[in-house]
Amino acid sequence: MTATTTEITVSAQGLLRRFGAHTVVDGVTLELKRGEILGFLGPNGAGKTTTMQMLTGNLAPSAGSITICGVDLLDKPSAAKAHIGYLPETPPLYRELTVGEYVDLAARLHRVPKGERQAAVGEALSSCGLAEVSKKLVGTLSKGYQQRVGIAQAIVHRPDLVILDEPTVGLDPNQIREIRNLIRTLGRDRSVILSTHILPEVESVCDRVVILHHGKTVFADTIDGLKKFHGGRIVHVGLRHPPAAGVLAAIPGVARVDTDGEHIFRLSFDDKADPTDALVRRAVEESWGLFQLVPAQTSVEEVFVQLTQKDEAAA
Amino acid sequence: MIITIAGKELKALFSSPLAWIVLTLLQLILSFGFLKRLDDFMQIQPQLMQAPNPPGVTELVVVPVYATCAVIMLFAVPLLAMRLIAEERRNQTMVLLISAPLSMTEIILGKFAGLMVFLLLIVGITTLMPLALLAGGSLDFGLLASVIGGVALLAACFAAVALYASCLTAQPISAAIIAFSLLLGMLLTGETASDGLRERGWTVPAALAQVLSPLKNFESFAKGTLDSYSIACMVMLTVVFLILSIRRLDAARLG
Repeated sequence: MTATTTEITVSAQGLLRRFGAHTVVDGVTLELKRGEILGFLGPNGAGKTTTMQMLTGNLAPSAGSITICGVDLLDKPSAAKAHIGYLPETPPLYRELTVGEYVDLAARLHRVPKGERQAAVGEALSSCGLAEVSKKLVGTLSKGYQQRVGIAQAIVHRPDLVILDEPTVGLDPNQIREIRNLIRTLGRDRSVILSTHILPEVESVCDRVVILHHGKTVFADTIDGLKKFHGGRIVHVGLRHPPAAGVLAAIPGVARVDTDGEHIFRLSFDDKADPTDALVRRAVEESWGLFQLVPAQTSVEEVFVQLTQKDEAAA
Repeated sequence: MIITIAGKELKALFSSPLAWIVLTLLQLILSFGFLKRLDDFMQIQPQLMQAPNPPGVTELVVVPVYATCAVIMLFAVPLLAMRLIAEERRNQTMVLLISAPLSMTEIILGKFAGLMVFLLLIVGITTLMPLALLAGGSLDFGLLASVIGGVALLAACFAAVALYASCLTAQPISAAIIAFSLLLGMLLTGETASDGLRERGWTVPAALAQVLSPLKNFESFAKGTLDSYSIACMVMLTVVFLILSIRRLDAARLG
């Protein structure tokens, strides 16, 4: 496995998709290596699902190319699809089958050899916590269990690339934790693409993040890169004897000052300026009683809101 | 892979009440007709014996059973086939098949094969009735084989057209209505057009119009004359609609 950890499992270049005159996905490029988990974010209607449908061959792109484990998806769809497991937004379940029959059918459709099938089905069922309901009809299960059946279907053929469209929707907090653990386990030796609206989920499981907005990539980097996105441009300052409000804002390079209570100030800096030195010097000279100076870690939520609302204002 | 999909379709058919209702009604109607005709045949048999070269029990009793079976299929196949693609679309389960390493051709052929197995089962249980006559006499096995082959080909034509109709929509009921309209329209126009054109001496257009009318092609099988052109017409119709279905699925992906 170690030899293949740098192998690229999915590479999509300049994906474009139009529906009539409306461009839903506009030049999305992404690349993922084995062992990486990619979080796919964006407001509703940003083109996440459309992109995933293109990556899984459910929708042909208007332009662009997709390579799955070195196989061109558009040239050799069957060979490429053999490497993919896909859970769409609505799990594709046959309600009249039992859980065991359904996962077995998924294994057959993905050409799992006869001798390995039973083991593969058993493994998928147990890793999704479905072993004890395998004889129940899919249609009688609760939403959370149905979601798990959908995930079992996506991993039964041990694909190199697992694509999950909002896998934790409709699950209770315990189930969400189980699914997250499952995704982390999958991410060890495969690639996972995960779309979600739950931003802390991305922080807790993903290695990389792509944020889409109006069909365009507005952010693509690692989680660490995301946390440094502001480049230390927000600092929380604690002052025991704060000066008048205008004084802090007047320091060159400070763009905005917010107050969280009496003594803690949240300073946003201009894009390239770093007025920390000036701030500390003034604090000492004028005895503001500086007791805290913390560069803020940016949460996914902040970046998300900033990137997807900035455009809205511009548009 | 085609077998996997066909098996899944059969399982789905038998887990819905529709298949059982169709089988029951079919059996009721056919056995009633069969017994009535057999009764009539027994009554007129003494007169028939006096005629030179009289028609036998196969012609008078068995062939009409298959003709009834053909007419029932005209109504039953649109209902049996409506779910094939339309319901997968409506329940959004089509994604499972399309995401799997399968070609559109395999998906369509699998669905077609599943439906055909069911329709051949109908033909099979219909055949049990004439076979019961062997207890008290003999049959014209040549004619019997010809009419069974004809009904099977007819079923294939109906199934392909109804499968195509199911590819056109995401509503099973609409699919059934489209299939029934298509079949009925084809039968009517094909039959009248081919007769009308032949009367005017336009043999080539008449021959083409005959392709559209599977019931007309079935008639030659019912007479026991194996007409290779009729066979070709029915095979052609089936293949054309299967290809149209495959193209329809591809078109949905291209959007």
